[in-house]
Amino acid sequence: MTGEATKHLPLEDLHSAASARFGAFAGWSMPLTYPAGVMKEHLHTREHAGLFDISHMKLFEVGGPGAADLLDRACPIEAGALEISQSKYTFFLSEAAGIIDDLIVTRLGDNRFMVVANAGNAVEDEKHLRALAADFDAKVDPLDRVFLAIQGPDAWAALSRAGIETGSLLFMHGVEPRPNWFMSRSGYTGEDGFEIGLPEADARDLVAKLLQDERVQWIGLAARDSLRLEAGLCLHGQDLTPEIDPASAGLMWAVPKEVRASGGFIGADALRSILERGPSQKRVGLKPDGRQPVRAGAALFDADGNPAGHVTSGGFGPSTGHPVAMGYVNTALAKRGTRLFADVRGTKIPIDIVSLPFTPHRYRKG
Amino acid sequence: MANTYFTEDHEWLRVEGGVATVGITDYAQEQLGDLVFVELPEIGRKLAKGDTAVVVESVKAASDVYAPVDGEIIEANTALSSDPSLVNSAATGDGWLWKMKLSNDSQLASLMDEAAYKAHIG
Repeated sequence: MTGEATKHLPLEDLHSAASARFGAFAGWSMPLTYPAGVMKEHLHTREHAGLFDISHMKLFEVGGPGAADLLDRACPIEAGALEISQSKYTFFLSEAAGIIDDLIVTRLGDNRFMVVANAGNAVEDEKHLRALAADFDAKVDPLDRVFLAIQGPDAWAALSRAGIETGSLLFMHGVEPRPNWFMSRSGYTGEDGFEIGLPEADARDLVAKLLQDERVQWIGLAARDSLRLEAGLCLHGQDLTPEIDPASAGLMWAVPKEVRASGGFIGADALRSILERGPSQKRVGLKPDGRQPVRAGAALFDADGNPAGHVTSGGFGPSTGHPVAMGYVNTALAKRGTRLFADVRGTKIPIDIVSLPFTPHRYRKG
Repeated sequence: MANTYFTEDHEWLRVEGGVATVGITDYAQEQLGDLVFVELPEIGRKLAKGDTAVVVESVKAASDVYAPVDGEIIEANTALSSDPSLVNSAATGDGWLWKMKLSNDSQLASLMDEAAYKAHIG
């Protein structure tokens, strides 16, 4: 951060009352863990329901007759082809097809879209969208909302008990159930779950109701990270950066075929030429041998000691019971079963390329 | 009788017959959170005060544990290889990290006693 003051969550008092341990993330003071600790918080989310305060993330509403065209320029998608309430995982790309940020776009109405962006990139994202909006008949409104995620197999039942019915909402869909609310069935844990943006007063009321349910617990950012890593999901700033393109990241599933062929999005030419020659490196899942975690930044080598790539996220998977990691390796090596070696403080730890995710996704798709 | 000392880096030492058993304090294990791996030192390694003796790894991060005094490693707590969470559940007991033969007893004088350490963590 560039000397800017640390930002505080609107519900910080609730986290303090729950004895959270706070730490800095993307310019925000965030609850990292609660007294249960990262291991129990992680497992509780997979078994019941975890409540996360993700108000550091930013919601933008993009509206106007040119809204879909603006998004088609900013992202490799066809926004106008989305059904109302349909969400799409996508990114802002640079001219070189580097990933400026990864986001979820949801169509709210004929000419209205919700964009959910990462905390660390929110300021840049807003500038980027506003600069583009000048060329389209569209406007960009950053919303002032508390943003909560409730994740886990009991998430829907806990919301139902709190008076919020989610029955017909399917994975990667989002709706506006109440004035100034946005609720999508999505998340960052690999579990079924919801993300809800809402005004602060409503959020306080909802949190109080949810926490009365013994299935629901506050979960900190530390477990959010171990959950998403087990689920094979990327963290922008680590696994995705402006130096990494969607083909290298293995995210071309997010770019519809027609858009890939003829879309006029920023970075289209660069992405097409990368696809033509093939990316030089690829993102892979990595499973270290033994119990020692291999963390972001660790260099990877092949069996002959030649540089093979590097780790971008790594830690311990509480649900898998072993260390988990992901990283980038030379394309020729990017095959499941390849054994590499990670340098951890001078020791070479055997590490195998495995398929992602480490824990199966349990999304409610229909 | 054993004397117990503490360091500003949140380690404890129990010294008996020229040998110190070293671990991290309860305060330290709480700060670190759930440990998932402890990289134990080699027996016979000679350490100077401030050298990294052990690396403890939580779900999130790796942290160095420093030699609080000069000496030679004579034993490592191998129970931690299969159960690193002993450091969380019994930081000052079964969760000890290593034993070292002291080479400079006079360094103990600069460490804290329990009352001073309690004041240090507030």
